[in-house]
Amino acid sequence: MSPVLEIRDLSVDYGSLRAVHNVSLTLNKGEVLGLAGESGSGKSTLAYAATRLLQPPGHTPTGQVLFKGKDLLSLSDKELQVLRWSEVSIVFQGAMNALNPVLSVATQLDDVLRTHRPQMKKPERVARARELLGLVGIPTDRLSAYPHQLSGGMRQRVMIAMALALEPEIVIMDEPTTALDVVVQRQILGQMMRLRETLGFSVVFITHDISLLVEFSDRIAIMYGGRVVEEAPASEIYRAAKHPYSKGLLGSFPALRGPRRELKGIPGSPPDLRSMPSGCPFHPRCPSAMDVCGERMPSLENVEEQRRVACWLEDVRV
Amino acid sequence: MTFLLRRALFYLVTLWAAITVNFLLPRLLPGDPVQAMITKLGGRLNSDAMASLYVLFGLDENKSIWEQYLEYWGSLFRGDLGLSFTFFPTPVADVLAQSMPWTLGLVGVTTIIAFLLGTLLGVYAGWKRGSWMDNLIPVTTFLSSIPYFWLGLIAISLFSVTWPLLPAAGGYAPGLVPEFSGEFIGSVLEHAILPGVTIIVSSVAGWILGMRNMMVTVTAEDYVLVARAKGLTQKRIMFAYAARNAVLPSISGFALSLGFIVGGALLVEMVFSYPGLGYVLFQGIGGKDYPLMQGVFLVITLAVLVANLLADIGYLLLDPRTRKEG
Repeated sequence: MSPVLEIRDLSVDYGSLRAVHNVSLTLNKGEVLGLAGESGSGKSTLAYAATRLLQPPGHTPTGQVLFKGKDLLSLSDKELQVLRWSEVSIVFQGAMNALNPVLSVATQLDDVLRTHRPQMKKPERVARARELLGLVGIPTDRLSAYPHQLSGGMRQRVMIAMALALEPEIVIMDEPTTALDVVVQRQILGQMMRLRETLGFSVVFITHDISLLVEFSDRIAIMYGGRVVEEAPASEIYRAAKHPYSKGLLGSFPALRGPRRELKGIPGSPPDLRSMPSGCPFHPRCPSAMDVCGERMPSLENVEEQRRVACWLEDVRV
Repeated sequence: MTFLLRRALFYLVTLWAAITVNFLLPRLLPGDPVQAMITKLGGRLNSDAMASLYVLFGLDENKSIWEQYLEYWGSLFRGDLGLSFTFFPTPVADVLAQSMPWTLGLVGVTTIIAFLLGTLLGVYAGWKRGSWMDNLIPVTTFLSSIPYFWLGLIAISLFSVTWPLLPAAGGYAPGLVPEFSGEFIGSVLEHAILPGVTIIVSSVAGWILGMRNMMVTVTAEDYVLVARAKGLTQKRIMFAYAARNAVLPSISGFALSLGFIVGGALLVEMVFSYPGLGYVLFQGIGGKDYPLMQGVFLVITLAVLVANLLADIGYLLLDPRTRKEG
């Protein structure tokens, strides 16, 4: 397995608040990496910071984001613009607003091709746009439609078609199906995964819905309070999550397959960035908190092959 | 198609209502124009001449208001708006035809320039918010808060009196004959600078502010973030994704301001004695010139209706969501 994207020690500050703390993650070729966590856990901030889409003022990422040996954080604006979408595309949260309401689907698809493939002629671009719509199962006569004429599911499919237009290496999906009903969610994700098999891109899949991640991703990183608290293959997380927060997350969604379980929530609410608890940020809500948890921060350690956990319960020294 | 027909019907009804009100309004005003004219002529008229004046002006007391109303419509269709009292015996239609190009040329063109300039500056100010462009806004807002006649008078006192660079009044130099010659056109342009620039200065701030605020709202939208992630050029994102959506509210404002060109010209043309419709209206009101006032009001009504129609069409073109299916 060769890495396509390596995030090294990435931190993001909003003014004096630190939203993402020293996150290191690796995305391998052809892999689906799931990022899970509650609202405000920093998962979207992490993805937008890595692609330099966070707008100033005051969001300053530090660290490195390596893609094909280049650090995305230190590229010039021009180099970054060339790389955007052709190598890293994004399927955005909330399909409703991600498409420009005054431009037709054709124009919005064409924009991508015209900017990144200047040698393509108009008829070639139209043909490519038709092909892309066909890929996601939208009748090609919808090409001239405007976003308001499409259903939510169709808009999200258009978004996916757009994300695949330049055959990128990496597709970041940020809560891609949150606004859709469960049936459409699964159709779209299933289709996305089939496309991944044929086209061979890698996926970063961000969602708060860990049951979707367990089903659709290879590896899952769970974030809490701006830190990765556990990282493991999806099946391992589902079978035997180690961090109490991961267990809590798994217990708050009904499993789609397997034996019935009782649904439990996680007591308390996500931490406030302005007043992070001392020690492990999860300890005030943790059912198995110990004295050390409130005093010192556990570091993210390898506990098994391909498994990392940041929890004192897993630390042999305690 | 049914949409257009419905709109057309709506405009016809509005037009009928406006013309009817237009017919009634001067008749509800106190005072008697013929009496005023007789006084002006100093009793040199006998009673026959007075009676014929009443008939001439359509103020025949022997006719009921219904008969007058029907006659009014009849003459409207013939393009006959009666005779002006103030510019007696010139027909109102001729007075309007002479003054209309001046108003359209001055106020119309400057309204369009102010809109384009203000909107463009607003686009940049909103796109690069937090930059030096933000300092522009208090300045333009200050200028627009000065009452127009005061701004006009200051401009005249500075640029025609203190430094006599530009003419203070009129549409062209006295003594010139209106014709297609370099000299005449040059003189018209020279006379248009002061009123034109003051109109732009006092109205541009509204466009800048409105556009800037909409740009700030729109740049926070997801589709602008998507456009940036797509690696599009800054120019494309700014115009096709941000400004294209942000301009929609300004378009309706612009159409309304087009409708008020004729009415709004009053103050400008009074200050600069510009030979346009506003100045004519001003003189007409002073002389209790009913036919002339009716004529000007008719033009204003038509202008507002046409501007509304343009706004409807503009919206159809710019915002696909307002288009009816099929």
